[in-house]
Amino acid sequence: MGDELQQALGGDRRAMARLLSAIENGDFTPQQFPSMPAATEEDHWQVMAVTGAPGVGKSVLVDALMTAWATEGVRVALLAVDPSSPRTGGALLGDRVRMTSVDNPAISNRVYVRSIATRSSSGSVPLIVEDMAAFLLACGWERVLIETVGSGQAELRCAAVADRIVVVEGPARGDGIQAEKAGLLELADIVLVNKADLEGAERHAGELMESYALDGEDSPQVLLTSGLKGLGVAEAAQALLSLKSSGRAQRARMRERLLAQHERSLVHHPAYNGVLDALCEGTLDINEALNHLKGDENGRAS
Amino acid sequence: MDQPLRIVVAKPGLDGHDRGAKVVARALRDAGHEVIYTGLRRTSQQIVDTVRDEDARFLGLSSLSGAHAHLFPQVCQKLVEAGLDDVIVFGGGIIPEDDRPALHAVGIRAVFGPGTPTSEILEFIQTASVMDDAGVGQASDWHWDATA
Repeated sequence: MGDELQQALGGDRRAMARLLSAIENGDFTPQQFPSMPAATEEDHWQVMAVTGAPGVGKSVLVDALMTAWATEGVRVALLAVDPSSPRTGGALLGDRVRMTSVDNPAISNRVYVRSIATRSSSGSVPLIVEDMAAFLLACGWERVLIETVGSGQAELRCAAVADRIVVVEGPARGDGIQAEKAGLLELADIVLVNKADLEGAERHAGELMESYALDGEDSPQVLLTSGLKGLGVAEAAQALLSLKSSGRAQRARMRERLLAQHERSLVHHPAYNGVLDALCEGTLDINEALNHLKGDENGRAS
Repeated sequence: MDQPLRIVVAKPGLDGHDRGAKVVARALRDAGHEVIYTGLRRTSQQIVDTVRDEDARFLGLSSLSGAHAHLFPQVCQKLVEAGLDDVIVFGGGIIPEDDRPALHAVGIRAVFGPGTPTSEILEFIQTASVMDDAGVGQASDWHWDATA
């Protein structure tokens, strides 16, 4: 693995892609590669999550943002997450279908796109993307975007893996009360109301701004965009590149990390599949199942 | 635990028909694999870049336009040039019997026609995945005898 690591750090994309797989499969860990120092300036993020409901246009918008940044000379990598089947474990990863930036020869050496399945993790982002993002940074990519699975109001797992959270909304997303509800919108560092060419986008942006106005001064900006038509994309690209953290997600970030790590230790426990089978057969109840999964990997109590 | 195989399903050239590619992608998904679909009208270079960046073990090429004899070998050649000689390539679509030996000769390990049961494609994937020399640029002269 040593030669491959040197090749990857030197800019070889094939070696990098292989090592990303090794990280995903648990065969290569952050202890084995050099880590980049965390950014110190408060307006310089390294890892940004882009999240929002299915169909609001995340992929097209992300593609437009990457094109804008790469054209300015920024090296940007995307980890695009799609769900794995809870029945078979398989996945259809289709985010590339809407991507044009990777196919544009003028900028394709500054754009990297990798499709990722959620595999055994629940939530909109598997925790392993944190390690994959760290490796991309070590390989010289300046900014890493994580496009989450399309997700709803209370899915906050992306806070565990990113320095900044962008929430993408669409037009006509319910009545004004939707904008007042607690959840994901409270953690946003910026909100992009996409599909601004369609009716209802401006009204929804207005409702969001009204709701945020009650939060006081540290409330996030709300911008209108259309990834498809290119409306507002240049402004959004500029705003996102120097986006400051609103600081709203700090505690939630730690909580999501803790929960995600706990979940990871459960699903990787050697007894996990057996315990699931026993639950289905009715030979174990939930409390007994939890007790079985409490010990460490060798079955000792921890 | 076995890791899922990563498989790119691609549509090279000017061919707008992807029903077949989607059926195959779905069957591979349901068999527990991770399928990366490229979408329509990709160039050979775009497909090779996708296979490299996604670290795919397999590449499935679909063509219904009659351009397979030109495009499939071009993709294979670019894979080898990019050092991706261990990627296992298979193809499908409207591909006459007479055209298949030339495709096998450039390292394509299976060519499936209309009416192929998806179970046969899965069987091919299973068989090829445990071989260590079935990559497009590797020594084996083995190929799958398709029933359709």
